Amino acid sequence: MAESLLTIEHLTKKFDENVVLDDLSFTVKQGEVIVVVGSSGCGKSTLLRCINALEPIQSGKVKLSDEEIIYGSKTLAKQRQQIGMVFQSYDLFPHLNVLDNISLAPVKVQKRNKSEVREEAMELLKRVGLEDKAMSYPRQLSGGQKQRVAIVRALCMHPVLLLFDEVTAALDPEMVREVLDVMLGLAQQGRTMIIVTHEMQFARAIADRILFIDKGKIVEDTDPDTFFEHPSTERAKQFLNIFNFERSK
Amino acid sequence: MSIEFIQKYIPLYVDAAWLTVRIGIAGIVLSILLGLLCAVVVYFKTPVLRRIAMVYIEISRNTPLLIQLFFIYYALPKIGIRTDAAVCGMAGLAFLGGSYMAEAFRSGLEAIENVQMESALSLGMKSSQALFYVILPQALSISVPAFVANVIFLLKETSVFSAISLMDLMFTAKDLIGQYYKTTESLFLLVVFYLIILLPVSALGSLLERRLRHAGFGS
Repeated sequence: MAESLLTIEHLTKKFDENVVLDDLSFTVKQGEVIVVVGSSGCGKSTLLRCINALEPIQSGKVKLSDEEIIYGSKTLAKQRQQIGMVFQSYDLFPHLNVLDNISLAPVKVQKRNKSEVREEAMELLKRVGLEDKAMSYPRQLSGGQKQRVAIVRALCMHPVLLLFDEVTAALDPEMVREVLDVMLGLAQQGRTMIIVTHEMQFARAIADRILFIDKGKIVEDTDPDTFFEHPSTERAKQFLNIFNFERSK
Repeated sequence: MSIEFIQKYIPLYVDAAWLTVRIGIAGIVLSILLGLLCAVVVYFKTPVLRRIAMVYIEISRNTPLLIQLFFIYYALPKIGIRTDAAVCGMAGLAFLGGSYMAEAFRSGLEAIENVQMESALSLGMKSSQALFYVILPQALSISVPAFVANVIFLLKETSVFSAISLMDLMFTAKDLIGQYYKTTESLFLLVVFYLIILLPVSALGSLLERRLRHAGFGS
């Protein structure tokens, strides 16, 4: 088995007295695709935000390749370069064109050669079918195009782990597809990813493992076929039933 | 109205206007720096400094420039801080303008969605890099209308400089009235010279606002 890339040990996150994540532990192996599902407010997005320390945690540990990620620490910026994150919406920089959005961090943070970075950015844009949009501004793109650019921007930092926080939740159905196809492509390349999504069919197609979270706890941690066909908990059955419709006439 | 009188004393007004503009520009540049510093400190919620900035902003916004100038010019020398009138004028303008600029920049900073900061941090930027490359460029362009209004406001406020015996436009006008009783001519020249200074600034400001609105970010 491949070695573990990310280790979460007894992670607890509270907003004041409200416990959002309750003693979570799991590991993510190199090349694994984890899909996190659960009802709204169950803490899935907070989990992603705790992994790259956008939120402080109250107890427990998050370790990337055996190095602990600590909120507010000096090494944090360096560690975050290894973790790509794509948000639900509005996260491209509106004052920069697509190419500058992608190359800003590699050039300014990683101090890489500008023309090399731009070349790589163009290559990646080509792969997601957006090479003709390199000089466009975010405002001129559709939602799906913006999210594909956001994914390219994350990839250009050469991260070892990718986090996707409901990246298709704000999109029209047709645009959802184009973004999900890009993510499926990344999974085929063997990228390590943690994906929070409400697209159940997509989850089933892409996941190596499904984490079902309810009230801040991992209720099920299993392969997608088992989760969707034979969920072992009552809570998971209830949750999956939301996605089934019966004929009403 | 005596055209002769006006022609004779125009050079005096030109000198005075030059003094007003010099002190005005220096004061405004200082107030931009001070305002930016305060806005950033408040935005990042830096402990202690944030409190100091907020107290300063309240004091500065809720006292008239005339009184601030009197304080700097007459009261500070009593505790051993002595400077010439021009420096006092600059300092006074910076003290007043700093808070107005801070509020203009702060509203710009607050208009930027939090996810902008978070995505910059997620890309491995330090908060200073995120501020410099991502947040400020957006915030400043939002602040432009308020910023332009502040510049014009501060240039107009320079008219109280005569109170600390700076030989500015207002001083010159009052002086001529006192000497020759040519009230109409003296005040006419005063108005004209302030317009000469301020109209180009207004025009430039509108141009800047229009460009940012229409050319901004590919819309």
